[in-house]
Amino acid sequence: MNPRYARHVYGWLLFTPAAIFFILFTHYPIVRSCYLSFFANSRGGQPAPFVGLENYAYLVNDPIFWQALKNNLIYAFGTIPVTVSLAMLMAVWVNRQIAGRALVRAAYFTPTILPMIAIANIWLFFYTPGVGLFDHLLKGMGYTGRNWLGNPNTALPCLMVIAIWKDAGFFMIFYLAALQGLPKDVIEAGKIEGAGRFYFFRRVTFPLLMPTTVFVVFNALINTFRVIDHIFILTKGGPDNATELLLYYLFQTAFEFWDTAYAAVLTVVIMAILMTLALAQFKVLERRTHYQ
Amino acid sequence: MHVSRFWQTIETLAAWLLGILWAAPLIFAFWAAFHPPAYAVHFDLTAPLTLANFVEAWTTAPFARYFINTILYTTMTTALQFVLCTLAAYAFACYDWKGKDIVFSLILVQLMVMPDQLLVVNYQTMTTLGLVDSIPAIALPYIASAFGVFLLRQNFKQVPLALAEAARVEGAGPLKILMKVYVPLSKSVYLAYGLVSISWHWNNFLWPLVITNSVSTRPITVGLSIFGSPENGVNFAIVSAGTLMSVAPLLIAFLLFQRQFVQSFMRAGIK
Repeated sequence: MNPRYARHVYGWLLFTPAAIFFILFTHYPIVRSCYLSFFANSRGGQPAPFVGLENYAYLVNDPIFWQALKNNLIYAFGTIPVTVSLAMLMAVWVNRQIAGRALVRAAYFTPTILPMIAIANIWLFFYTPGVGLFDHLLKGMGYTGRNWLGNPNTALPCLMVIAIWKDAGFFMIFYLAALQGLPKDVIEAGKIEGAGRFYFFRRVTFPLLMPTTVFVVFNALINTFRVIDHIFILTKGGPDNATELLLYYLFQTAFEFWDTAYAAVLTVVIMAILMTLALAQFKVLERRTHYQ
Repeated sequence: MHVSRFWQTIETLAAWLLGILWAAPLIFAFWAAFHPPAYAVHFDLTAPLTLANFVEAWTTAPFARYFINTILYTTMTTALQFVLCTLAAYAFACYDWKGKDIVFSLILVQLMVMPDQLLVVNYQTMTTLGLVDSIPAIALPYIASAFGVFLLRQNFKQVPLALAEAARVEGAGPLKILMKVYVPLSKSVYLAYGLVSISWHWNNFLWPLVITNSVSTRPITVGLSIFGSPENGVNFAIVSAGTLMSVAPLLIAFLLFQRQFVQSFMRAGIK
């Protein structure tokens, strides 16, 4: 083969197998979802009629969509600060030579590797009214139980607790990696100066962990739009849409109501949110590297 | 830094307390699974141990079939990911071809929007291909993985060019260089990527739920969701047993290879 063309030919040949599947299951569906969002559902074998922005007008007036978006935000802002603080705390603790460190680290990390469905099955029993573990403990202390998942005020927080439990250990490992990579001379200097542990953490460790925190916060934020498996077991979006999250609403629209056109609109909304978040993360990280 | 013995003890205790709190739900599931249903919330250390819940769970739902489906789907996905991502990563790391940069930024898109969010159109595609309710249909959307391409490309780039050059001088073609030089030098990345990919797909739920509708294709997560749903009225001791059974392979693997797991997730996260 002419060596002038060889690198182009080899490059493309090596990339082609992956390219086929990238296009088929990532790029084509992105374009197709946008396209479908401008059409109504086809009926009786007729081609789907073009309706312009009508589906989007429906979206703006759909109270369940707004409820789901609001729930997503509550879910994100309720879980992320707790998860991230706990992750940092866990990492700082596990990074020291404490007795039984491997065991403690395993306890923190184990929820991460379990499937959300299995976790939901376990927690379901905690929340079950009357016979569940929580009610059992409450009764033991003389309080009456409550229907944790059946009450619109407590259902979403119940799901949030599970998310915190599952994710804290996962984000811990990123802090652990960052802590182990901290410059040794800074730590030595802190020791010599006799800085208090908390003071040292606040003034030295915490700022040095900032890039990790940015990474973790954005990942947690993106996750809240991706992980909805526990809803299938625990609440199915109810009661009264109290636990309706965007991706779950998309699932219902597409595979329970079979409204493909509106599902395409919801897909577009979710894509827009995820892309915005990813670009924002990119911008923040890029800006930070300038003055480091 | 100065740490008093007193505070050190307090911190160790707090770390342990949080650890116990974090392990509690799982310990509780173990308790319920190994005791008769009457003892599910009745913590009596003299309660009789039993395996009856496991037997009951195993015979109530086709767990064996679910396991086989999950193993097939997970193996297929990870194996195909290895092949496709290795070839693509090699192209990006070692060849300078026309259009490479544009294509690379297009792949970036998949790090933001994953096939999981594109399930509506992907379902239609699978219908067109006649693959609905088949195991390949669960795997195919994931086999071209941007994450895998990035991870491997990063690693291939660190392989000294002199090694590839030496192989070329000896007359090795591009694929031979890949297999004899790049792949063997990236073993630890393959291990990390493999562990992350296997545990991710073992736990995957939404897409398998949508694309499967029979016992012969359903993976364990989907089977477990049907088994555990409250409408079925199966009691908690049996649900716990079923749940523990389905997470057992991963849980045991994790406890045995804890260090590799933690390092893999760490490595995979820090790109």
